[in-house]
Amino acid sequence: MSVIARNVNRLALQAMCSSVRSIHCTTANPNPTSGLEERPDARTTCTLIPGDGVGPELMHSVQEVFKASGIPVDFEAYFFSEVNPTLSAPLDVVANSINKNRVCLKGILASPDYSHTGELQTLNMKLRNALDLYANVVHVKSLPGIKCRHDNIDCVIIREQTEGEYSALEHEGVKGVVECLKIVTAKKSLRIAKFAFDYATKNQRKKVTAVHKANIMKLGDGLFLKSCEDMAKLYPKIEFEKMIVDNCTMQMVSKPQQFDVMVTPNLYGNIVDNLACGLVGGAGVVAGASYSANAVVFEPGARHTYSEAVGKNIANPTAMLLAASKMLRHINLPVYGDMLRNAVEKVLRDGKVRTKDIGGQSSTQEFTYAVIHNLEMPKAAQAAVAR
Amino acid sequence: MNTVVSKFRVTNGRRRMSTAADIFAGRTRTRAKPAKNILPVPTYGGRHIVTMLPGIGSGPKMMEYVKEVFKAAYVPIDFEIIDINIEKEDQINFALSSMIRNGVGIKGHIPVLADTSSNVTFRSHLDLFVYLVHCKSYPNIRSRVQDLDVVVFRQNTEGEYAMLEHESKAGMVESLKIITKDNTERFARWAFEFAMAEGRKKVTVVHKANIMKLSDGLFLKTVLDVAKEYPEIEVNDLIVDNCCMQLVSRPHSFDVILTPNLYGNVITSIICGLIGGPGLMSGQNYGDSSAVFEVASRHISFDDEKYVNPVAMINAGIDMLTYLKKDAHASIIRNAVYNTLVHDKIHTPDIGGANTGSEMMEAIKSNIRQELKSADISTF
Repeated sequence: MSVIARNVNRLALQAMCSSVRSIHCTTANPNPTSGLEERPDARTTCTLIPGDGVGPELMHSVQEVFKASGIPVDFEAYFFSEVNPTLSAPLDVVANSINKNRVCLKGILASPDYSHTGELQTLNMKLRNALDLYANVVHVKSLPGIKCRHDNIDCVIIREQTEGEYSALEHEGVKGVVECLKIVTAKKSLRIAKFAFDYATKNQRKKVTAVHKANIMKLGDGLFLKSCEDMAKLYPKIEFEKMIVDNCTMQMVSKPQQFDVMVTPNLYGNIVDNLACGLVGGAGVVAGASYSANAVVFEPGARHTYSEAVGKNIANPTAMLLAASKMLRHINLPVYGDMLRNAVEKVLRDGKVRTKDIGGQSSTQEFTYAVIHNLEMPKAAQAAVAR
Repeated sequence: MNTVVSKFRVTNGRRRMSTAADIFAGRTRTRAKPAKNILPVPTYGGRHIVTMLPGIGSGPKMMEYVKEVFKAAYVPIDFEIIDINIEKEDQINFALSSMIRNGVGIKGHIPVLADTSSNVTFRSHLDLFVYLVHCKSYPNIRSRVQDLDVVVFRQNTEGEYAMLEHESKAGMVESLKIITKDNTERFARWAFEFAMAEGRKKVTVVHKANIMKLSDGLFLKTVLDVAKEYPEIEVNDLIVDNCCMQLVSRPHSFDVILTPNLYGNVITSIICGLIGGPGLMSGQNYGDSSAVFEVASRHISFDDEKYVNPVAMINAGIDMLTYLKKDAHASIIRNAVYNTLVHDKIHTPDIGGANTGSEMMEAIKSNIRQELKSADISTF
């Protein structure tokens, strides 16, 4: 009984999420079996984790857009949360689903500042470790129609996210003295360095910058830096430079255009990610993705749950929509992905519908409808559907 | 002698060598390269990165065909395409570094640059010590021999291809043929592991140990020693001249053939010629940490580029998919090629037909679409 009493609010939230939990099917498409030429009739299943804070609202917005444009994607939704443990789906169920579908769209999971159980690993860390989602990629690009201090920013921040400071190894050996272990291994450092260079090669990037603090942490960050240097030798056509993290953050706010691809250990990556997102318009407009060898989790680039805005219908769905657009490109539906991205950019460029965070007064829902209104099937795609 | 052999096995036993089974299972264990030099595999979110070297001649055309087929079958592979031609000699090193970091490559015909053959450069730098051609004939194709299924293994890095030739005195050239026990042993072990995994019954070792008593003698002895670890497989040996004669007169008596470098080259070409020409067969190069796929014979003849037979390079692509453990995709493409050649009888001139390469491609792609209807594969 007491469990129910404690969870009254959460049950209410669950009711709100119920549309998210059921597998949604797109009926709005007038011609449901015909997709585009490249994908005759295959539908893709994607795991969906709405997350905490405004996550469920943003996911609703994504689903509205998918429904309206008849995108052949089915969602398998799981409510997954650390702050609502009684409602959360078990970790292994979620991990199995992502492993099976190999693609996931995820909101942000809130991590409480203290731990009830003495557990040091957050749920986010557990999910990353369970799936070995080692590489976080955030493509920070200036968007049209959003006024910022800097223009023409186009950099990619690649962050190792399974070791380093996030190893959850902290202990108080002597009262009043806490040790926190930062783990750096050659294997994972080489892996992330190779990821960064392969990313740069594949996307025709010119330069990779390794961000480190090896002048102070000579062994730990030294190993990371050495791994990056070793890997750089195999990529003669890509320029390699290294930068100390404090200098990097200063350069980032004063002259961000100089950066191309950046590869960072865990904590610095987190900081640089958020800093860069702030430069182009905040946490509501930047999409990111986490890669393992087999699966990709698409999520917003800066990790804020925006819990102040829950239920107020004011959050900006841009980040989540752009993440969905990246997801569509990844699952071989580039035409739909471009369509979604173009629609979002057009709404931002027109500037008539803006959410609060980018200086407007519109609601999440109005923004979503504006995007749907601007969805424009490319001509080739229309022809394919007609055929 | 036995104690020496057994001692050697203890220190150099099969557990520490990487075998065909290991490589197909994605594991590599090796003495030659320390573990830290084995690079992470470039597989991100289920997509592989593979080096593609179109080269010259019919290469670029055939690579276009491969890309079309892969796209039609939703193969999750991204190609890093590197052009090599006579004007861009420095590209060869770049191509090599790309092969090293991607671990898997597919290549067309690479031109011979300066004083050394770039094919041999690739093999020795990547340590691709196994070359294997699976010669399996297609029914309904005009050829001298029907219903043949032979696997040829060729030691790929030493022997006559050691690139050691010199003229120490004017008018007299020495060419060195190198056979080492280490290389022969890991080659033989790889081949026997493969034969076991594929359920092959008989292995024929081809040599000329009656003349080259030391070099080919070492090869033969080492292979026969390794064979003792695989009592399930029947082993015999043949002298190379006899082998060539047997191949053209009684080809069905062969199952798996193991040869040093040069003989392998000759034998592969003979078999390709017997079962329908070089337009059909693909070759696979394997090392401890890399694999390169190509057509089995470079002597693909064509009068007009549009009549190039796409099958050989598509078969190389299928081999690559098998190596990357994309078996579902591989079998879709394999069935489509088989149906096109055998049931639809779309043949290019080199195998006795009159169709162009692009007509064949259309047939293969429509067969892939047919296959996809019943297949359950991921489309990304």
